[in-house]
Amino acid sequence: MVTNFPLMAAVTLGLLALTACGPAPAPAGINDPNEAANREVHEANKALDRALVGPASDAYGTTIPVPLRQGVQNFADNLDVPGDVANGILQGRPGPVLENTARFLINTTVGIGGIFDPAKAMGLPGKSTDFGETLHVWGFAEGAYGELPFIGPSTSRDTVGRVVDVVLNPLRLALPVREGNIATVASVASRLGDRFKFGNTVDSILYDSADSYTQTRLLYLQNRRFELGQATGGTTGEDDFLDPYEDN
Amino acid sequence: MDTRTLSLLSRRSLLAGAAATLGVIAVPKGAFALDVGSARTLIDNAVGDVNGIINSGQSEGAMLGGFEKLFARYSDVPTIARSALGPAARSASKAELSAFTKAFQGYIARKYGRRFREFIGGKIEVTDARPIKSYYEVISVAYLKGESPFDVRWHVSDKSGKNLFFNIIIEGVNMLASERAEIGAMLDRRQGSIAGLIEDLKKV
Repeated sequence: MVTNFPLMAAVTLGLLALTACGPAPAPAGINDPNEAANREVHEANKALDRALVGPASDAYGTTIPVPLRQGVQNFADNLDVPGDVANGILQGRPGPVLENTARFLINTTVGIGGIFDPAKAMGLPGKSTDFGETLHVWGFAEGAYGELPFIGPSTSRDTVGRVVDVVLNPLRLALPVREGNIATVASVASRLGDRFKFGNTVDSILYDSADSYTQTRLLYLQNRRFELGQATGGTTGEDDFLDPYEDN
Repeated sequence: MDTRTLSLLSRRSLLAGAAATLGVIAVPKGAFALDVGSARTLIDNAVGDVNGIINSGQSEGAMLGGFEKLFARYSDVPTIARSALGPAARSASKAELSAFTKAFQGYIARKYGRRFREFIGGKIEVTDARPIKSYYEVISVAYLKGESPFDVRWHVSDKSGKNLFFNIIIEGVNMLASERAEIGAMLDRRQGSIAGLIEDLKKV
């Protein structure tokens, strides 16, 4: 835990050194200068999914009944909420901060450690966010697209965000090693659950499409830009939309 | 009055004249002019059909057939197909283009029908509509069992002569852009042969 502080300090100083005002402008198009290397990582990730993640998620999805899987997912999601709160504070968004805090308190207590999600039924679905979004709010540009080994599609900004999120999550800092391991296992199981639940869609993109790299890249960038645009209440990158009546 | 002002004025009147001409041309189109209300009605009907299909309890084959009819009825398939084919559409012959459009309609219905089929037991609700540039965006929300609601948008235009949708955007991911990339990659795989592409489309 203590060893994280130099890193935190370095990241904070690094960020402060860069002046940034207001959210970054909506990017358009695709910035992928390392496409050749990214394609290699994509093929490796695909091979990993085919050999390990896909079959493991099938095994997980078919042997573990739905209520139990839902419980694991709720538990893992709940562990991420303190990170959402921290990012909400950094983004200067009191509404989501309050909602996520209330959600965490209710689900951790009434929801028995987060296994159940009574907060949702009470009209508090929560707003998940991450440090990549915080960087966006602070005005950092998206950067280059890249595919990360084991993790998948990302951008320069989101990759920095992922690293900081691991360090930033108050729970990860507070939990002893043993409980921290439980959290990690739950998070992996939850991701297997997602892979099972969205199996058909994932399969159709990874294995049925003629160029799965391009499809994955397009999907990630469009969806991410949409999320960030929506979260700030701005436009949804309308300029990206094609008008087929004008391009012919 | 100096010549600069004069030329500016004449340019302006020229523009005004051009606008008037366009206005005259636009009048007959007014007969089926699109507004927020009619765009919304189109998607209300399309969404009603989607909800009907996903809750019909039919077999997958029957559902996919239902989705193909839905695409043919509510969307501008020839325009979507031409856009997906990209630059290759310009050099394609009429026969090639119409054969491609036909194959593309089946392909798109099967592909997106399978996605919509995962909505079984759920429903889509139209929530809003607004003008964007030269077309309309109808906003809907999909409610699926055990999932957080998500955003589905439909872009509607009357430029084909009828009110039809030409794009679906699910959580920011738009069908036209995806299909343009996908069809482009399929065409590359066939070294640019549209006949080969059509063969492959039938197999998807």
